[in-house]
Amino acid sequence: MTALLTKKPSPPSADKRWKLVEATARRHGYSGHALIETLHTVQESFGYLDGTSLRYVAALLRQPLSKVYGVATFYHFFSLKPPGAHTCVVCMGTACYIKGAGSLLESAEKKYGIKPGQTTPDGKISLLTARCVGSCGLAPAVVFDGEVAGKVDSAELLKRLDQWENQP
Amino acid sequence: MTPEELENVASEQKQTQAKYRYSLNVCMAAGCLSQKSDQVKEALEKEVERQGRQHECAVKGVGCLGLCAAGPLVAVEQPAADAAGAAVGERGMPRLLYKAVTAADAADIVAALDGPPVQRIQYPTSAPFFIRQKKIVLENSGFIDPERLEEYLAAGGYESLLKVLTQMTPQEVVAEISQSGLRGRGGGGFPTGLKWGTVAKARGGQKYVICNADEGDPGAFMDRSVLESDPHRVLEGMAIAGYAVGASTGYIYVRAEYPLAVKRLKAAIRQAERAGLLGANIFGTTFSFGIEIRLGAGAFVCGEETALIASIEGRRGQPRPRPPYPAEYGLWGCPTLINNVETFANVPPIIRNGAGWFASIGTEKSKGTKVFALAGKVVNTGLIEVPMGMTLRQIIFEIGGGTPPGTKFKAVQTGGPSGGCIPEEHLDVPVDYESLAALGSIMGSGGMIVMDDTSDMVDVAKFFMDFCMTESCGKCTPCRAGTAQMYELLDRIGKGRATAADLALLEDLCDMVKHTSLCGLGMTAPNPVLSTLRYFRHEYERKLVKEEGGNGSSHAKAEVRG
Repeated sequence: MTALLTKKPSPPSADKRWKLVEATARRHGYSGHALIETLHTVQESFGYLDGTSLRYVAALLRQPLSKVYGVATFYHFFSLKPPGAHTCVVCMGTACYIKGAGSLLESAEKKYGIKPGQTTPDGKISLLTARCVGSCGLAPAVVFDGEVAGKVDSAELLKRLDQWENQP
Repeated sequence: MTPEELENVASEQKQTQAKYRYSLNVCMAAGCLSQKSDQVKEALEKEVERQGRQHECAVKGVGCLGLCAAGPLVAVEQPAADAAGAAVGERGMPRLLYKAVTAADAADIVAALDGPPVQRIQYPTSAPFFIRQKKIVLENSGFIDPERLEEYLAAGGYESLLKVLTQMTPQEVVAEISQSGLRGRGGGGFPTGLKWGTVAKARGGQKYVICNADEGDPGAFMDRSVLESDPHRVLEGMAIAGYAVGASTGYIYVRAEYPLAVKRLKAAIRQAERAGLLGANIFGTTFSFGIEIRLGAGAFVCGEETALIASIEGRRGQPRPRPPYPAEYGLWGCPTLINNVETFANVPPIIRNGAGWFASIGTEKSKGTKVFALAGKVVNTGLIEVPMGMTLRQIIFEIGGGTPPGTKFKAVQTGGPSGGCIPEEHLDVPVDYESLAALGSIMGSGGMIVMDDTSDMVDVAKFFMDFCMTESCGKCTPCRAGTAQMYELLDRIGKGRATAADLALLEDLCDMVKHTSLCGLGMTAPNPVLSTLRYFRHEYERKLVKEEGGNGSSHAKAEVRG
């Protein structure tokens, strides 16, 4: 039993990023407590969590896969789908909502036929919402590929998205 | 670091700063940063060099200057004059402030150092936005470089920790905090001293201190700003708490959505460890204290203390029934002290200036100051700190500058999804825990959203219910099913398909969810509905279908509680 428990699983592939994941688990002594921290590292390195990575993390921390899956799906921050080439996060915090973030989102939804959390079929744009990016002074705020833009209107939003869409 | 070294580093830093006649403080908090304040800083550095002023004019990045609406902000300070005792006004107020600065303004700003300020971008520091504030938590915010420990030390940092470790017993520290009247700044308002005392008395060798930085309220960014502007203050507060309750390990549970705050916290912890201000045998005493960061993963419910503990333990963030409270049975079953960022940030100044000083600020039951994130339909959006007891009207109309021209104030929302909307007629109520609760809202963690007459109150209630429905962890039925039902009803009312019976059902559900939910999320989820019903009932009634048995209402009655 002990021998089984102490055997470390081998990474799913030769990809160097698995080393980062393993390092996080090691830093926390491969303890089950490190589950969320380790999943953070996976998402940081790979962009999302898939079946392979969830299985690897479960084996690494000696946790049941059901628990790992439960945690991965419980928290909004973790994504089980690969993100698009570009991401557009519309802030839906109260301040942004009061200043019309809802109609911003609607215009993007209508134009591209995707709902928040979805990616366009060509994999170019992911549309997301955030609970609050903390840029309430600049409401409504939209995060384009990690860069916060303040006081955005529909025209500007669609212009930015069109640019992405028309990139080869 | 020994006490002597602490003094040396602090005075050396003070001397270095005093060498400069001018200091250009560029706001590098998230708000201004997203408006390219880093480029402004670069341009200013180049310009200072070009005009040959680098020996008398420093350029540095600082934390939040408060007036986010007018960013990027640059403050012009005079460290040499301040060191000579010529400081003007109260601590925490900028001398001269430039708003909406672009890289192109750099040359003019540097050229105008000795003469009159550049008028086109000047923001008057005599404006009510500044003079009506009182800074305790934010006293260093906008003045020190958050990424440099030396600057915090020069501002008197870690002196309070030294004082408690060398001159006070843990019991005296708890007594001091109790006497100050400090109450939990996360929104609940539980007396901090009482909480500390409970954990201190709890039996068990291993105890923990947790800092709750899982600021989930949409529209609130106080904790983020404190962490980004003055991270060492929070670390110092936690270490003092650790000494008072007998804990040697602390955790900061911070949102992963705040990358800048996480980065600065990590840097601050590293610096403090290297300087021996965290770690084993701090200041050569027997007290040891270490701090680790745990990243949240986007679950509002993790702001609830037992859910937060579950999340640190690597589990799903679901709360459990209390008692036992975390003070007795918390992280890994050990006695645990959980306080909010702002609560910890209040601790060093209380120790430094004494409980009496703190208790002299504020109202009878609510002492000290409160940081608010002022946002929505208000002219001066940003971060403010005011003494408890100031009225909402003063905050919104004097400090906030009122609603933008051409719009009319309708309501102010405090406390986020757990709070309520307060209408015009109650604006003269002083801000303290009890008064806001009496109005059907709560103090909350400090989000304050102003709404004008274009906001539809049913829609606002629906917005918050949508939030609570999505964020409900699903553990208890009243919250999981109740929020979904209330959302459906609000949706139906908003679409004009509901009857008076639906409204009655909604009120019924509010009452049930409020009283039977497991944790604070469910218990307070009906608040936005209840408070808007209380003050804006006509807006609901106007949307109802006039006659009974109208479109889409028939199945509503079938759902009445079984």
